[in-house]
Amino acid sequence: MPKEGRMSVPTGGDGTSPSADAVGAQGGPRRGRSVLVQMETPNLIPERDLGSLPVLQAERLGIDFGGLTAVDDFSIALGRTEISGIIGPNGAGKTTIFNLLTNVYKPTRGTILLDGVDTANKSMVQVNKMGIARTFQNIRLFDKMTVAENVLVGFTNAMSSSLVADILRLPSHWRQEEEFRDRTLSLLDIFGMRGLADETAGNLPYGAQRRLEILRALATQPKVLLLDEPAAGMNPNETEELMSNIQLIRDEFQIAILLIEHDMQLVSGVCEGVAVLDYGKIISKGTPEEIQNDPRVIEAYLGKQVGVR
Amino acid sequence: MTVLTQVLNGLQLGSIYALVALGYTMVYGIILLLNFAHGDIIMAGAYISWIVMAQLGLGPVLAIVLSVAGCTLLGVLIDKVAYAPLREAPRLSILITAIGVSYFLENGAQLVFGADAKVVPSYVDVGNVQIGAAQLSTVALITVVVTVVSTAVLTFLVQRTKLGKAMRAVSEDMGAARLMGINVNSTISFTFAMGSALAGIGAVLYSMAYTQASPTMGIMLGTKAFVAAVLGGIGSIPGAVIGGLLVGFAEVFVSAIGLSTWKDAVVFMLLIIVLVVRPTGILGRTMSEKV
Repeated sequence: MPKEGRMSVPTGGDGTSPSADAVGAQGGPRRGRSVLVQMETPNLIPERDLGSLPVLQAERLGIDFGGLTAVDDFSIALGRTEISGIIGPNGAGKTTIFNLLTNVYKPTRGTILLDGVDTANKSMVQVNKMGIARTFQNIRLFDKMTVAENVLVGFTNAMSSSLVADILRLPSHWRQEEEFRDRTLSLLDIFGMRGLADETAGNLPYGAQRRLEILRALATQPKVLLLDEPAAGMNPNETEELMSNIQLIRDEFQIAILLIEHDMQLVSGVCEGVAVLDYGKIISKGTPEEIQNDPRVIEAYLGKQVGVR
Repeated sequence: MTVLTQVLNGLQLGSIYALVALGYTMVYGIILLLNFAHGDIIMAGAYISWIVMAQLGLGPVLAIVLSVAGCTLLGVLIDKVAYAPLREAPRLSILITAIGVSYFLENGAQLVFGADAKVVPSYVDVGNVQIGAAQLSTVALITVVVTVVSTAVLTFLVQRTKLGKAMRAVSEDMGAARLMGINVNSTISFTFAMGSALAGIGAVLYSMAYTQASPTMGIMLGTKAFVAAVLGGIGSIPGAVIGGLLVGFAEVFVSAIGLSTWKDAVVFMLLIIVLVVRPTGILGRTMSEKV
């Protein structure tokens, strides 16, 4: 596992510039005296992804709820095949960041570029089609549908057959039915869940539900996969297996994965870069080794011992 | 009046209630709205049949097609104009809007067609069928068959098509469905279209049996069908059918024993009893497919 990849905030002296949105994807020329800002972002990505545009760039993202600033000055770049993590104490704003990245919340400040395209004013559905998919901290499967149907819902936009073809059971319907049944089963194979295809999703054990959520998200064919506490409620063996599966998914689908996690074993085992969040702000960024030695991180966690090796 | 005739009467009335209850239950299942305008869609369907046959002198086939199509369009239009802008609003606002739409349709019809009932010509000129000693009404038989077929088609659509899967996903978790790329607005429109198409079929069957169209005909029919949906467990498709049949049978039974003035009271008593004993209805939400 290459460890050179990491994320970092712009460290140049541009902290107070009025339009620090990098890559210049938005905003026209302003009237009056121009202020020139640093354009090169010092965000780091894995070396192997250097040749291509980062698949996800968030620049100085922030959101306020009433008077409360939940997230502030959050910047990351994610390489095309990078696996990175966001960690932080409860209430630090981690899930809020996922909600910003998937347009559940509209950011108060900042820009999100998904594969170079600004996602402002896009709907949740459009952002998903543009290539971002996620799982949820509190599992949100379609409980009454079967395992296979949950994955098929993820495939909806990949299916082309019309309602008429579906109703009349035209040949195109059957071709598609077969194709996506196969694709669903091979997705289920990733987690060895083929045998559970016709079970009701709500009846699965907790760990299997978490895995199914990942597969449902993968079915939407994302470029970036966001995993919100994928190992929550899993035992050490399951966590171990999940770690190798996360890498397998990245290798197989060549996508970027950003995960929120409390389990430091998982984070240091699988993440190339880690951002530590506290009170809505990034307090440290770097490789898992670097952040574990950062006194600010240890301080944020206090007695939690997460920063201690 | 033989027992068989009464059973058929119960099935006929119950079928109509079931078709209308399905519309209530589907819309509730997907956006948690009690669509009080649903009964008035049936009124619109009856008037369309009256216009086509009595005013334009065209055939019954066209009347049936236009009634069903007209109801479908009206249902989708009501959603787009009245409910869609309130998608993120508190549920009470959209509920009150539904009541408003209902009054609008009733009074609109009264304005256009007048308050008196119009006679809808008979669609099919058939008498009775003799089975053994019993005289069975052909219209009643048609009603039952059409309802069975409609319910089967609906179940197929919901269970076995891509849009049906999307519907079930949206009804379980609208937010998660959006994030998986499901177009929620078109899914909701599709739900309204299906529910209203069933109301259109109900309108044709109702006016076959009762041959009248009046501005307020949808009120009692809609209310009884709503009772049927709640009885069966609102949000549940099989529940709506069971509830509809129960309400239909209760009414026919009460009339058959000579207490026909009590039939409405009995239906509402039935509702109260079920709600006390089993507040989620017969097939409460935890047990059945919610759509």
